Amino acid sequence: MRQLRPVNARSGRRSREGPIVNRWALLAILPIAFLGAFFLVPLVVVSLRSVTDFAKPTGDAFANYGRFFASAANLRVLGNTFWVATLSTVVCLALGYPYAYLMNIVRPRVAGLLLIAVLLPFWSSLLVRTYAWQVILRDTGIINTFLLDSKVVDEPIPLIRTTLGVMLGMSQILLPFMVLPIYAVMRRIDPEYTKAAANLGAPPFAAFRRVFLPLSLPGVLAGTLLVFVLALGFYITPALLGSPKDTMISQFIASAVQQRLDWGIGSTMAVILMGLTFAVLVIASRFIRLRDAFGSLEES
Amino acid sequence: MSALRGSTGAAGGATTDRPDQPDRPALVLRGLAKSFVDVQAVDGVDLEVRQGEFVTLLGPSGSGKTTTLRMIAGFTRQSAGTIEIDGVDMTHVPPHRRDVGMIFQNYALFPHLTAAQNIAFPLEMRRATRSEIKRRVAEALALVKLEGLGSRYPRQLSGGQQQRIAFARAVVFHPRLLLMDEPLGALDKKLREALQLEVMHISRQLGATVIYVTHDQEEALVMSDRIAIFSRGRIEQLGRGEDLYDRPVSLFVADFIGESNILRGRFERDGEGGWLARGNLRWRVAAAQEDRAALSDGSAAAIVVRPERLRIVGLNDPAVAAPGVNAVEASVRDALYLGSIRKYELMLPDGQAATVRRQVGGGEREWQSGDRVGLIWAVNDAVLVADPNG
Amino acid sequence: MTDSWRQPHRLLLVALGALTVFFLLAPTLVVVPMSFTASNSLTFPPEGFSTRWYEKMVTDPQWSTGFVNSAKVAFLTAVLATALGTLAALGTVRGRFPGRNGLQLLILSPLIVPVIIIAIGMFSVFVRWKLAGSIAGLVLAHTALAMPFVVVNVATSLRTVDRNLELAAQSLGAGPVRTFRRITLPLILPGVMAGGLFAFITSWDEVVVSIFLTSARFRTLPVEMWEQVRQVVDPTVAAVATTLLAVTTTILLLALVVRRQAPAR
Repeated sequence: MRQLRPVNARSGRRSREGPIVNRWALLAILPIAFLGAFFLVPLVVVSLRSVTDFAKPTGDAFANYGRFFASAANLRVLGNTFWVATLSTVVCLALGYPYAYLMNIVRPRVAGLLLIAVLLPFWSSLLVRTYAWQVILRDTGIINTFLLDSKVVDEPIPLIRTTLGVMLGMSQILLPFMVLPIYAVMRRIDPEYTKAAANLGAPPFAAFRRVFLPLSLPGVLAGTLLVFVLALGFYITPALLGSPKDTMISQFIASAVQQRLDWGIGSTMAVILMGLTFAVLVIASRFIRLRDAFGSLEES
Repeated sequence: MSALRGSTGAAGGATTDRPDQPDRPALVLRGLAKSFVDVQAVDGVDLEVRQGEFVTLLGPSGSGKTTTLRMIAGFTRQSAGTIEIDGVDMTHVPPHRRDVGMIFQNYALFPHLTAAQNIAFPLEMRRATRSEIKRRVAEALALVKLEGLGSRYPRQLSGGQQQRIAFARAVVFHPRLLLMDEPLGALDKKLREALQLEVMHISRQLGATVIYVTHDQEEALVMSDRIAIFSRGRIEQLGRGEDLYDRPVSLFVADFIGESNILRGRFERDGEGGWLARGNLRWRVAAAQEDRAALSDGSAAAIVVRPERLRIVGLNDPAVAAPGVNAVEASVRDALYLGSIRKYELMLPDGQAATVRRQVGGGEREWQSGDRVGLIWAVNDAVLVADPNG
Repeated sequence: MTDSWRQPHRLLLVALGALTVFFLLAPTLVVVPMSFTASNSLTFPPEGFSTRWYEKMVTDPQWSTGFVNSAKVAFLTAVLATALGTLAALGTVRGRFPGRNGLQLLILSPLIVPVIIIAIGMFSVFVRWKLAGSIAGLVLAHTALAMPFVVVNVATSLRTVDRNLELAAQSLGAGPVRTFRRITLPLILPGVMAGGLFAFITSWDEVVVSIFLTSARFRTLPVEMWEQVRQVVDPTVAAVATTLLAVTTTILLLALVVRRQAPAR
């Protein structure tokens, strides 16, 4: 490269040749138009309804937002959503990191099996898995039947319709989204680094803490972000496993629109949820490349 | 779509049946240039290649040789200049209509097709009949001595076999030109040397015109009729291997091809002729060299002497004062035995190093590290070039 | 290395890993044995063995039409999403145009935007466009959700295609269209097919958008299950859940096998 004579000093790295637009780009027009019509337009319409649909006539375009934030119950839903999402993320991280680490050090064959153990639930129906938890946790479910039969307890212990139940179900469903990005990053860490650390006198745990852990942090950040963002939008699982006091934003939106037919407040909540999601993504994008977070799902 | 050309007879004859204008060059590049957004990769290349000639583009990486090759193939559009193949301007001809065979560095064999299907591909593109495809594929496989491996997939072939299949695929449709981009670069040394000869022989046998890109000077010297030395997007020198080795036109070529002793200094002229002066050392320059280099008095210059053209003699040896000989006092720093030759590393009085290679068994005296000696060379064995860094 | 597996921290790691596998798989698989129970209620371990709940699922028109509807929607979604997703992948991986990175994020965004928002948005738009409650509407909606998986799979295989192969084809006389058909397409086909299968699964399992876009006359299997799961304790739901799982798992394994067919050098 040193032989190449710079023509101008605009950029140090060697640029690709060619025009700014090429013919391949034309192929993207149709799918983009499709997404625009059937995905973006609906999102825009929802956003607009939050400032155009009102329960009572009003002159204030943001009356719905005022109404929403004036209600303590609504704020509780918001707070609860954050609380449950945080709990689920912590559980996923606690289980997911060691699991990804294990996948990274076992023989490739075993790693393949461990990967399938993550992929099967990743792709199987969220409704079916929530239903299965219902069958296990409810008062006449597997756990309580067993406890009653073996006379450990006299009456069913509350498992379903508790925050614990929601958290169990959500963590199980979200765990693959934690494991896959972490594993993707760990797999790219050269094993020689840890060996070099050992050679330089680091005992195994120090080698892990000082070398491997920092190198795997981008995966941890990606997984944490992904799980948290997805948890914010959960609907089916809290609806089937939680109590009314565990209501999350998505349930609130669904019931506003379906039962109360209050599109104003429903779409207001939707805009808030969307805003929260993007806020988390924007903040996170300062620390990691978003495409890394979502890209790692591709290798699944 | 170009029609299938070439004889229907034996595998040979890529050029024999060509429309008969044997004098017309196979390839002409005129003022060819390519600039990318921020670099000038190729900067005015002129080259004329005869029918059936084997020309190598040799140069360090980034010197523009591969970009030139890709422009000939049509993968990259030139920024300026023209490319003519068989007298036809190729500027607006897309790659698939240029009728140019190319062998890639990693062979680019289609992994989802068998060896035979790979070779058949260009024939299918030219709508050859089924029976002709079958016959020509068999011929091509025979040409590269891989009969019986046609049904293998590329991944089931060794590196050398893949290389041969790539060669067969590039010649089976009798292209006007055969382009090769470091086709042997991925192979180990022994196999590479064997294939150099094989590629050269088959190309000659087919009468194919070959443009070959490499950064390996030995490969270039072994295979080529002519070599074009590339530097900074230009052809620095074009010629036969001997020309480049014995008569380099620049310091770059002298340094790039083979091992050289480069003695830098200033060019001076007096009543007796030209000299290269360096401190209080002065060496005579041959009149022919002086004419060729056409340097002005006092300009920075260097003389280049190949290590095997240097001789070591005793300080009092009469050869030191012989006419037509340049001499300088030196001390032997290292005396190395390399089997067929001895290599001496010497130090001149001003601290500059010089390398001498002598055949073992020529009855010459052996020198030891620490010996004080005279270093001599015939005035006619040194080449005078300008020193752009001087 | 072999010895170190006996070290306490390694043992702990393995134990934790085993526990995680159990946590990931066991709760879901519980529905499989329970769906074969002979009793009228869901008990564990199941009492006796019977396929009566499967018979009920097949004979009950609500479940069986749900099954057929789901299969139709998933199939059509797979076809449409594969076509559009492959185009999008070719356009964004090979294409060069301003705003390409933003566009790649837009294509992936159906994975990130909370599904309930997509659901009410599509509902409110599709009602006006007379698409709600129809198979066409649901296919269009599911295609938007499934497209990212196709794009991602095709883009991944497209990036592994050596561009020199395409240049080689051109130098051998193939024009752009024939180069795509004979070289590029066969090389990315495993990715395209895997993407299609993932699109099928996405639609097959989708609940939330389906809840909003189906009607009492046109329901998919997951929606039917959603309606019943909150009221009925009947083991038929377990049979339905097992059926959903079985189809998903089969197609997932198929997709993983297909993706391994990539012609590696």
